[in-house]
Amino acid sequence: MFFLDHIWLIPLFPAFGAAMMFFFGRRLQKATVNAICVGAVVVAFLFACFTVVEYTHFAHGTGRPLEKIVYTWLGGNGHLNFLKKDGTTASFNADAGFLLDPLSSIWLLFVTGVGMLIHIYSVGYMAHEGGYYRFFGYMNLFMFSMLTLILANNYMLLFVGWEGVGLCSYLLIGFYFHRKSATDAANKAFIVNRIGDAGFILGALTLSWYLGSFRFTDINALAHSGHFAIGDPVLTIAALLLFVGACGKSAQLPLYVWLPDAMEGPTPVSALIHAATMVTAGVYMVARSNAVFVLAPTAMKTVAIIGALTAVFAASIGLVQNDIKRVLAYSTVSQLGYMFLALGVGAFAAGVFHVFTHAFFKALLFLGAGSVIHAMSGEQDMRNMGDLRGRIPTTYKTMLIATLAIAGIPPLAGFFSKDEILWQAYRSAYGSFPYLWLIGFGTALMTAFYMARLIFLTFYGQPRMSHEVEHHIHESPKSMTGPLVVLAIGSVCAGWLGVPASLGGTNAFGKFLEPVFAQETAASVAPTAPQEPAGEEHRGLEWMLMVLSVVAAVVGGGWAYGYYANAGKGYTEPIAVQAPPLYTALYNKWFVDEAYDYAFTGRRKIGDVRLGAMGAGEASSWFDAKIIDGAVNDVGWVTRAVATLSKWWDKWIIDGPLVNGPAILCRFPLSPIARLFEWGLVQWYALVMVAGLLGFGVYYVWK
Amino acid sequence: MQSHILSIILFTPLVGALILLFVPKENKDAIRWIANIFALGGFLISLPLVPMFWALRFEPGFKFLEGTANNWIPSIGAGYNLGIDGISFLLIMLTTLLGWISILSSWTAIEIRVKEYYVWFLVLQTGMLGVFMALDFFLFFVFWEAMLVPMYLLIGIWGGPNKLYAAIKFFLYTLLGSVLMLLGILFLYFHHHTVTGVFTFHIPALYQTAPLIPFHYAIWLFVAFFIGFAIKVPMFPFHTWLPDAHVEAPTAGSVILAGVLLKMGTYGFVRFSLPFFPQVLTSPATFLNVTIRGWVIGLSLVGIIYGALVSLMQKDMKKLVAYSSVSHLGFCTLGIFVLVPLGLAGSVLQQVNHGISTGALFLIVGILYERRHTREIAEYGGISNVMPLYATITMIMFLSSMGLPGLNGFIGEVTILQGTFAANWRWAVWAAPGIVLAAAYLLWLYQRVFFGTVTNPKNEKLHDLTPREILTFVPLIVMALWIGVYPKPFFQILEQPVNQIVQTIHDKSSANAPVAPVPAPQAAAVVGPKAVGPKIIGPKAAGTNSTVPKASN
Amino acid sequence: MVPITTLHYLVVAAALFVLGVIGVLIRRNVVIVLMSIELILNAVNLNLVAFSRMWGNLHGQLFAIFIVVDAAAEAAVGLGILIAFFRNKETVNVDEIDLLKW
Repeated sequence: MFFLDHIWLIPLFPAFGAAMMFFFGRRLQKATVNAICVGAVVVAFLFACFTVVEYTHFAHGTGRPLEKIVYTWLGGNGHLNFLKKDGTTASFNADAGFLLDPLSSIWLLFVTGVGMLIHIYSVGYMAHEGGYYRFFGYMNLFMFSMLTLILANNYMLLFVGWEGVGLCSYLLIGFYFHRKSATDAANKAFIVNRIGDAGFILGALTLSWYLGSFRFTDINALAHSGHFAIGDPVLTIAALLLFVGACGKSAQLPLYVWLPDAMEGPTPVSALIHAATMVTAGVYMVARSNAVFVLAPTAMKTVAIIGALTAVFAASIGLVQNDIKRVLAYSTVSQLGYMFLALGVGAFAAGVFHVFTHAFFKALLFLGAGSVIHAMSGEQDMRNMGDLRGRIPTTYKTMLIATLAIAGIPPLAGFFSKDEILWQAYRSAYGSFPYLWLIGFGTALMTAFYMARLIFLTFYGQPRMSHEVEHHIHESPKSMTGPLVVLAIGSVCAGWLGVPASLGGTNAFGKFLEPVFAQETAASVAPTAPQEPAGEEHRGLEWMLMVLSVVAAVVGGGWAYGYYANAGKGYTEPIAVQAPPLYTALYNKWFVDEAYDYAFTGRRKIGDVRLGAMGAGEASSWFDAKIIDGAVNDVGWVTRAVATLSKWWDKWIIDGPLVNGPAILCRFPLSPIARLFEWGLVQWYALVMVAGLLGFGVYYVWK
Repeated sequence: MQSHILSIILFTPLVGALILLFVPKENKDAIRWIANIFALGGFLISLPLVPMFWALRFEPGFKFLEGTANNWIPSIGAGYNLGIDGISFLLIMLTTLLGWISILSSWTAIEIRVKEYYVWFLVLQTGMLGVFMALDFFLFFVFWEAMLVPMYLLIGIWGGPNKLYAAIKFFLYTLLGSVLMLLGILFLYFHHHTVTGVFTFHIPALYQTAPLIPFHYAIWLFVAFFIGFAIKVPMFPFHTWLPDAHVEAPTAGSVILAGVLLKMGTYGFVRFSLPFFPQVLTSPATFLNVTIRGWVIGLSLVGIIYGALVSLMQKDMKKLVAYSSVSHLGFCTLGIFVLVPLGLAGSVLQQVNHGISTGALFLIVGILYERRHTREIAEYGGISNVMPLYATITMIMFLSSMGLPGLNGFIGEVTILQGTFAANWRWAVWAAPGIVLAAAYLLWLYQRVFFGTVTNPKNEKLHDLTPREILTFVPLIVMALWIGVYPKPFFQILEQPVNQIVQTIHDKSSANAPVAPVPAPQAAAVVGPKAVGPKIIGPKAAGTNSTVPKASN
Repeated sequence: MVPITTLHYLVVAAALFVLGVIGVLIRRNVVIVLMSIELILNAVNLNLVAFSRMWGNLHGQLFAIFIVVDAAAEAAVGLGILIAFFRNKETVNVDEIDLLKW
């Protein structure tokens, strides 16, 4: 039980690394920085592995959660109470406590694992960059926050990690802080996330106000207790608010806008934070709150619809982007949409499974893109690439694997997870959603197209780069290709953990997660829900859908092959040829950023009118200066006006006839006479005094 | 048996000021050293209070009492009474810490009239401590006003270009509040005599009688106290003195102004408005269809969002931070007037947090100002290239100010919000945009000042923090981390007093209900012209006034 | 030998007093004027002490001590004023101190 008892050490390893970088980083050699920061993550990974192994012994397949409370974080001696909604009191309390169950085990493993690989990769990628220690300090801080997020046993501590990863994301997006675009993107990421965070914190507070605790185990127990009806309005609101948080963190409509811009950060950051780990935090949180969500069908439906819309929306933008990382970014948004679609239809395990497989192939794609960019001396525009497959073969092969995986070609990882989601959308325990399936299916088609387009434009066709760049093309160092290979293996094999029963598999992944989600299915599924979804009678249908989606993948890839396989300089985009307005809309990301700038941030003016936050800020500033402070100054002015009047009155009335009048009287008729008696010499006065004295003396003596 | 630790803490700065008077004014370094020694001494002397208080943290009532009632001027019932509870304890520690830091930060910033500067600063320190310690209204008012003068001089003599306007505005505005409060105090004083036949300014005694004041007088008293404190806080719409005063004040003055002076308003709410007027706060009477408490909370919520919006568009760094104070203090007043122990505890904690974070923010702005003599945001850019350590510290304090979990600001905000939820969830929802906007204005400021390349050649040669400047930040960062990571001790210190205050409110208002029922029609009349009510003070009070001397002892 | 009676003291005091008055009236130097005032005060002191002796109680002596203190204070203040005046006018001549003349 050593590892389970010391589970709180896992986040502290990277925290230690970050602290070392903060205090001493500037003075350390790169090798030392590597040893500390990469070492910290490696130790965390090993520790996590042992912990999960110990946990499986501990749980014995029951999936009972392990809770380890280190100290009371929020709350005093238990006398800080507040009234719950039902009028009873609850104690304000949140622990620095850790929770390990199958759900967090999975996240723990792939976050530390992928994190470790990306750290190793970064050693090579960042070797020639300035701010080396800063980069690794932030990365370690990120690992700390992410691990806190997934190991927290309550919403408040989760929120520490939640905002912590947001902060690290901000710091790393703005890593090249000389570039305005980078810092703009960083700000955008943080502030958009903050909107989500505000929703999240309100959701958590609503839950605590309603249920009296922040702790997951308490909330789950209460949700299962049967006291709350399905569709409970407060729980629905809480679930929706939590989902707002998830929308921010996991880049869903309408808060997805920050993620594409986040590609301003170094590529390993994009891989680690904006593809594999942080952006899945929203999925984690919704999965973690599944007990609440299943009691709120409205919220579930919202999640599913938003997820599906995000998936297709982002995929459509990804079709025409030219920046290699942007394509991947929109792909990430789209895949996250898939995950939420899964959660929304109640297929929590399928959503989590997709997170798991996606972590491998998307991290691989980003790292591969990083390797390409590295080879291309920093060029990110695919229009200037081409024919790289022979020159950087390892990168090419691994990226090809990842592309096949994400497109859903069997038996690679993406096939199993994506088809599970599509199947569940079509026919889940919570009902049948053919429209959502259709959207998901269309997205799969688009995914195959844009991913194939990426591969063909980058690795096939004719070389379109300048000669100087071409001259420098080289395969990346071992520290970079090594992680690529490992991730490629993951991209191939990760799916085999969850082979569905219909294909003769056991779905070990789903079984492992079952204890976390099963109770919900048992306890709260409406009686109207269809029976066993994967029953024999549906097997034919399931196979048919699988074949359909594989066909979609092949067709999408085939189209792309037709258009791009021989792309030379000045190749044309098929969409641009066939539907120019659509191309303009897609190329400009449906003008969402512009719309937001007009409506919400106020960075752009409509005519002379500024709306949004900045507009409100300007209006408030004007109101403050003119109305409020104006009123204060007006009071001052009135006072001064009254004072002026008083002064006039004082000067010309009081001081004039009443005071100076007598004085003038004295001055002109009286004073010249009186003045005769004034000499101004002290001794004269003394003499007069003495004379007077003598006079009196003489008078009294001689009287 | 009495412990005199409070008096010792209270008068250490004053002793320093007196000693400084005897140092020749040409000897600037000696003056600086002495002032710093006394400021640091004042802080160190207050440290023994921590274990002493910690041992008593669960005891009810005021602790470390000094003096007996009415022992100072027995003929009018004024006493030199000191005593603290958890709320004042935290604020006192904040004051001694910030006092030391601000004096340390002034070392190079102040070059003219050095001696007067430090003398006034130390006097100010005593005044502020006295406000938090006084248990006698007379004494309280003396300190309250005594602290106004040094601050006025600090702004007016060592301030920026528009200092006289700012200083006079500050003085007159706060004085207006003080005068209203003084009237309120006198009413309470005479009312106490009417009820008990005793003239006294002793606050615990007034706690007993003030809730008995009939509603139609209490409402006006509440308003008088409210305006007095709301100006100090400052609550929307009484806040416009703050940006001017902050912008013109010297750095250390801004630190103290934001860190401690503003807390006197909130402290006044907690210590006086709540226990004195439960009948007003819990009354169902409405003004324009909103209850009295609803008005106060509404102003707080408006302040949160409004302050944030205004600071978003500021071009002057200090003004930005000043308006952010309006926003943060909105959270504090919100936490107070939800009348829930949790909200109250969060509010006091947030006051401490605000002192730490915003104090640091003013130090940060001051450091740039000292080097470049401008606070225009547009003058800067790319500062993190030339001052990396400074940029790091700034980032930490910005994060603390915007309420990043793991740092102090979050703890206060979330506690307040949870307390608010218990009272009315809608209020919490309205407060939430403040969290988003806080990130927006601070990060935007950070981007404009620190990121990018150095475009202004004047910024190329800026030197990074000196060891002395680092020293001013270290305690603040340590406190920010401590409160963020392990706030339990702070909650424990606050548990007893906040529960007690809320308990008295509920007890008093319910006990009072049969005595002074507040049916709606009568309450509506309150707002009308009929209720203009200093009548009670008039003849009766004047009559009793001549018999004052016998009343006490 | 003739015993020294109160009258003797009074005569001496009167003489001192007259000397003082004359000094105040005719000397032009303020310092001397101040000294003359001291003479007058001492004349009074002498009277007081003499009467104290005559009545056999200490009241007179008490007053004399008061006057001594008062004289010291007056001299200090007077000289202070004088110095301040000298700084401005560079003279201590009473004739030239006629600012009150208008």
